[in-house]
Order: sequence, then structure tokens, then C-alpha cells
Amino acid sequence: MRLNDLLTAIEATPIATAVRESTWLFPTIESVHVLSIVLVVGTIMIVDLRLINVASRRRSVSGLMRETLPWTWGAFVCAVITGGLLFSSSAMKYAHNWQFEAKMVMLLLAGINMAIFHLGSYRSVTLWDRDSMTPTPARIAGGVSLAIWVTVVSLGRWIGFATN
Amino acid sequence: MMISAFCEWLSNTAVSMVIQNVYWIIPTVQTVHILAIATVMASVVMLDFRLLGVAARSQTLPELAHRFLPWIWGAVVVLLVSGSILITAEPGRDLLNEVFYLKMSLLACVLVLTFGFQLLVRRGGEFWEHRRMIARVTAVVSLVLWVGIVFCGRWIAYVAHG
Repeated sequence: MRLNDLLTAIEATPIATAVRESTWLFPTIESVHVLSIVLVVGTIMIVDLRLINVASRRRSVSGLMRETLPWTWGAFVCAVITGGLLFSSSAMKYAHNWQFEAKMVMLLLAGINMAIFHLGSYRSVTLWDRDSMTPTPARIAGGVSLAIWVTVVSLGRWIGFATN
Repeated sequence: MMISAFCEWLSNTAVSMVIQNVYWIIPTVQTVHILAIATVMASVVMLDFRLLGVAARSQTLPELAHRFLPWIWGAVVVLLVSGSILITAEPGRDLLNEVFYLKMSLLACVLVLTFGFQLLVRRGGEFWEHRRMIARVTAVVSLVLWVGIVFCGRWIAYVAHG
């Protein structure tokens, strides 16, 4: 099946049709999407700002992550579900929009950055958990993460302008 | 009538024209606005769920308030400035919109509530630890108001007249 056939099939599903044709469904789902994203980005910022030694410097890194990550993942699942619903309503339009494509690439990069951090410097976190100055790889991971998520929010906003 | 005349005047000023005509200003300012909301919402969730007794119990309420309240107030200033720029660009979109006034009313309520919380928490955490019911109601009202503000923000775009 070619990509465009798949996109057309997604748009033809009852759910996609309902989101597209209803006057209130799209804005409501979009509001939940925004709420989810601000929680994803906000809780990630708490950890990133600790990693680059700007905030929460007296808190242990692992403790901080235990407090924030359940919120990050819960909100991320909500963002994916609501984002999928919004995408389905005009799958063809979004899939061929470069801001949307770039946003997906950025999410992938965020995942890779996180994986590198977890498999790399975070393995030795017990050695620097309470240090107010984190090791260089952790600082880089935090800085890169901040830059990626600011870009994700920016691209998300641009999708609305480019496809309207 | 007076408000629509004001909107008409504001949208014809040089500042408004520049913001309208330089294509990247509005999306960029909106991005800053959303990032500031992210700062507020994450801080509010941490504080209010601690107030409910659910989250971040490794820290006392005054400690947590000391950590997050400055971020909330700083982000509110960024929100007011970026929001004002957006109003200047398209006054009618906001000032002739019921949802905008609802959003501002909810904001006024939650800022008063947050300020009150801050004054009481300065006296120490005992006030809140000994009044569990007041703590729970404060947390729930604060969360409901902030979620309402986020929803109104998105709905302004869908009921715009101007």
C-alpha cells in the first residue's frame, strides 16, 4: 500500500471524519493536546535545568527524575493520542507539511538524546547525584534536550499557521 | 462600541502593523507564550499535588513553594508581556471575544489564590498541614482554574470575531 493510500484510508475512518466534521471536537482535542504538551515540556524542563545546573541544584538528580518522570510519560501518552486524532482528521495535509515532518524528526532526536543519557552518564548517577555541578555529558544532554523541546513547541505552533 | 473603536485604532498603529506584517513575529511570540505556560503548569502541578499530599513528599511545602513560586511569577510576567504583544497585533481577536474575558477572569482568580497561598506558606507549612480540607480545596481550585485558562487560550482562536 502506498503512503498516500494509507493517508486517505486514515482520513476515511469514522473517528477522523468525526473530528474533521464536528465544530467542537477539534478545538477540544487540541486543548487537551496543548495541556499535555505543556506538562511534557514543563516537567522535562525541571530535569534539564537541573542537568545544566540552573535550578534545583540542592536536589538529587535521581530523586528529581522520580518526581517528574511519571508526569512526563503520562502527559506524553495523552499528547500522542490527541495528536494522532488531530493528525487523522487531515492526514494527507499534515503528512505533506514540512513543519509536521520536522516535528516528528525532533521527537525522534529527543528520544535518541534521552537514550544516550540513560545508557551513558546516568548509569553512574550515584557518583554525582547530589553534586551541584553535573558531569559534562549530563550537561550536554540537558542543553540538547531543552533546545529540542523548544523547537518541538515552535514547530507545533507553525503547523497551525502553515496548514490553516 | 468604545472597545471596537479602540481595537480599530490600535490595529492601525505602527507597532501593530509591524507585528502583523512581519510573518514570523506572531508564531514566535506564541511559542514563547506556550513555553511560559509550560513553566507555570509544571510548577503548579508539582505544588498543587504536594498540597493534595500525593506528590513530592520528600520535601516540605515551604521548601517546594520556595523552589517553584519564583518560576510561576516569572513566567506570569512573560505571559503578560507576550500576551500583550499578541493583543496589539490583533486587538479584535481578543478584546471583542467573550472567551478572552473569561480567561482573564480565571487568571485574576488564580493569581489572587496563588498570592494568598504564598503569604500563608511564608508563615511555615503548619497552616496547610493542619488544615487538610482547606489545602485540598485550594489545590483543586488552582488546578481547575489553570486548566480552564489553557482551554480558554486555545478556544479564543475558534470564537474570534475580529
